[in-house]
Amino acid sequence: MMAIELRHGMKVWHRRERSAQFATWAAWLVGAAIFIYCWELISDKTIWAFVADAPAQAADLAVRMVPPDWGFIHALWRPMWNTINIATLGTAMGTILAVPVAYCAARNTTPSVAFIRPAALFIIVSSRSINSLIWALMLVTITGPGVFAGILAIGLRSIGFCAKLLYEAIEEIDESQVEAVRATGASGAQVTAYGIAPQVLPAFAGISVFRWDINIRESTVLGLVGAGGIGLPLNAAITMLAWTQVSLILLIIIATVVVSEWVSAKMRHSII
Amino acid sequence: MSVVAIAPRRWKKPPLIKRAWLRWMIGLGAAVYLTLALGTTEVNWARVWEGLPRGARFFAAFFPPDFASRWSEIAEGILESLWMTVVSTVIGIAISIPVGIGAAKNIAPTPVYYFCRGILAVSRSFQEIILAIFFVKLFGFGPFAGLVTLSFATIGFYGKLLAEDIEDMDPSQAEAVRATGAGWLQWLNYGVQPQVMPRMIGLGLYRFDINFRESAVVGIVGGGGIGATLNTAFDRYEFDSAAAILMVIIGIVMLAEYSSSYLRRWVQ
Repeated sequence: MMAIELRHGMKVWHRRERSAQFATWAAWLVGAAIFIYCWELISDKTIWAFVADAPAQAADLAVRMVPPDWGFIHALWRPMWNTINIATLGTAMGTILAVPVAYCAARNTTPSVAFIRPAALFIIVSSRSINSLIWALMLVTITGPGVFAGILAIGLRSIGFCAKLLYEAIEEIDESQVEAVRATGASGAQVTAYGIAPQVLPAFAGISVFRWDINIRESTVLGLVGAGGIGLPLNAAITMLAWTQVSLILLIIIATVVVSEWVSAKMRHSII
Repeated sequence: MSVVAIAPRRWKKPPLIKRAWLRWMIGLGAAVYLTLALGTTEVNWARVWEGLPRGARFFAAFFPPDFASRWSEIAEGILESLWMTVVSTVIGIAISIPVGIGAAKNIAPTPVYYFCRGILAVSRSFQEIILAIFFVKLFGFGPFAGLVTLSFATIGFYGKLLAEDIEDMDPSQAEAVRATGAGWLQWLNYGVQPQVMPRMIGLGLYRFDINFRESAVVGIVGGGGIGATLNTAFDRYEFDSAAAILMVIIGIVMLAEYSSSYLRRWVQ
């Protein structure tokens, strides 16, 4: 498919046919118009004097943040431990709950395509589309502030992610192995245990570790809405304008994230 | 074959972790960790118990959610989130294209490569919420702070994937374009861009999705959008309005997910 036009007896190559070229231009025009319209609306809600002042503010903040207040670190071990617990226990809860959901959502294992599968898919979508911070916001009003709300928030948020990846893994299994186990006269539960589970177990372990890594990141900020962990002292330090403490907390968060990323990469590498 | 093998053998499922000592160590470590973690996690069961009726009230609020009484606030918040999503996705992708090209090892000179990789690393290592807190401090409350946050996060995501895609491209096609005597920009436009375009359009739509989801969150710390409305609803214990907002968010995310998968199929 080449768009070639004859001009003064010479063949001229074009990238697209004329109509396709016009359609492309029209799409760009519409896109640009939408962008400018949205920008205009946001610009109306912005106090530009504050924005103009931002570089000076940023410089000021940077000066106030160094050096980090290293003495403050003793107050941070406990919140840090809580953060790791929120992420780990939340991941455990999420992955365990994700198994039945994934089992019901996978086309080849679901008990009922008409009723149970849509319900399982709805659980997955709602869990995935609500951020853990919003889950935490809800749960703090229900269970009260603290680590428990954080664990539940991370757990509920993880269900969707883990169940989605797991049910895709279940749908991709090799049916002939399942068939072979079934041919020995195995019951439904035995087919699941010996035909399906061994095939998805590595994927399941990989997904759990991957989600744990994400959860460490997410649990560092849950404290901002009162759900425990390192976010609590962070929020307190920001409110008190104790910027040297803020910079220390940020450094610790980055260090934790880097370490957890390394651990998860190592573990996934050894699994796969 | 030894004589022992005559005795009836039982088949055992092969374990996931082959080395026995490692398996035991991991099991033991997990047990020790769990007792420690559960032992030090304070749960105020009295408070949880007290909150249960409130939780029941919250779930009851979903049947039916109250769209009507706060509709103008909800609509305004959602629209603001959508504007923010559109603008931040466009700006973020526009900036991430040069950064991504610079971070592709096969077409960028080494100093540029390290500089651009540095930008990507910085942008990816901070959580959106933490960025949002600082941008709210710098730019004041409102959607502009959220916009900057989301654009910044988009750069790290999109630039990294673009760079990886360029690194994976077929060099012979680019070579062929260069052999015609094309300039650098022409080479980029006709040799590289067509190869990465289909995937990058898909990823752009996916990032749009993510940005909308995140825009619901940056509002909690003052970055504008639906998050602010949601936060207010929770603070006032107006669960039926909160339920309505959550339903709208879930609906839009589902819509975006379906339409983006449809669009992606259409583009490819």
